[in-house]
Amino acid sequence: MALKLYGAAMSPCTSRVMTCLHEKEADFELIPIDLFAGEHKQLPFLAKNPFGQIPALEDGDLSLFESRAISAYVAEKYKEAGHDLIRCQSLKEAAEVKVWMEVESQQYHPAISPIIFQFFAAPLQGKVPDQAIIDENLEKLGKVLDVYEEKLSRTKYLAGDFYSLADLFHLSFTYYFMKTPCANLINERPHVKAWWEDISSRPAFQKVASAMTFGEKGN
Amino acid sequence: MAAMKVHGYPLSTATQRVLACLYEKDVEFQFVNVDMVAGEHKSPNFLPLNPFGQVPAFEEGDLKLFESRATTHYIAHEYADKGTQLLLPGSNKTMAVFQLWKEVEAHQFDPPSTKLVFELRYKPHFGMTTDTAVVEEYEAKFAKVLDVYEARLAESKYLACDHFTLADLHHLPTVQYLLGSSAKKLFDSRPHVSAWVADITARPAWSKVMGMLKQ
Repeated sequence: MALKLYGAAMSPCTSRVMTCLHEKEADFELIPIDLFAGEHKQLPFLAKNPFGQIPALEDGDLSLFESRAISAYVAEKYKEAGHDLIRCQSLKEAAEVKVWMEVESQQYHPAISPIIFQFFAAPLQGKVPDQAIIDENLEKLGKVLDVYEEKLSRTKYLAGDFYSLADLFHLSFTYYFMKTPCANLINERPHVKAWWEDISSRPAFQKVASAMTFGEKGN
Repeated sequence: MAAMKVHGYPLSTATQRVLACLYEKDVEFQFVNVDMVAGEHKSPNFLPLNPFGQVPAFEEGDLKLFESRATTHYIAHEYADKGTQLLLPGSNKTMAVFQLWKEVEAHQFDPPSTKLVFELRYKPHFGMTTDTAVVEEYEAKFAKVLDVYEARLAESKYLACDHFTLADLHHLPTVQYLLGSSAKKLFDSRPHVSAWVADITARPAWSKVMGMLKQ
């Protein structure tokens, strides 16, 4: 039976899960949730995620939310197929992947997410992007990227010389970031830039990126 | 097997998270104090252990880890057959539910509660003024998160399942700080959350972590 993913194609968190599903060659159906109608804050969706956020996943009687938990489940369930995203054969490599998954979650995401919100979501609420918030978070993000630049000068990908879920987790928010005037933060750091170009050119992500049209005219 | 070392600061919530895990697993480790007041965590000696200049950092032989939740994950797996069972072994489906509630702690519980700990515990300790507007705003956000927890704990004794796991353990340091603040009322008014808080903070392994603060 195919997995059911409730979300929106242009949402970065939904896209995070879809990229993982494509890497694992897993069959799934995307069931659109109408954010503008507030569908995610009402029943029946609220029963799938009590925090009222997309995405949510159903696999038979299993109901999950939190995009990183869903992705980890998919990577584990389909570990025999597609690319090994979690280094199943080595507890040490798996531990390194976990470190950099946590870094994305605790260091990268808190800095990049407010910037994406200001450029893409605030205008929908009739607000002008708040430059003070953008600047404050660009400074934080710059410091995080300095650490990435150093790490990526030593290993090809974040957790080692292998592409993993830790790299994948960065794709969707960074993709939107590169559409803002702040893309220089990535482009000015040669190892980060090379890493970004590599991971964003993977076919699994290309399939998802084509639908990530948030903020473009007509959407 | 080489000895485990934790480089940390006893008052740090992230350090306490890793210590709680080590005590639950009943394994030997060495604690190396990092003098945060002196800025040691930002020094050239420490940065190779954690390039983000934060505590804790963890070493076991040539394995170096940072990020407390990645560290607890490693310890719980490597020492799965020692001490308390902190994982939820079984099918991918049961593990996914476990993973989910760990994500909830990180992304839903931690942001508002950490903000409250900063305003209500950290600022007074360092002679700074609590911003009551921020407290009000974040107590409202935190209350909504705790409503979800109340519903969950009404149907499940612990967050992921019927026994204590890392999904519960990860909350301990922040919960303990908030129990010593005016935000305690948010737990008290929710019977299942209140019972769960009382239960997890009474665990012997957690008392050992609290004992380290008295040294």
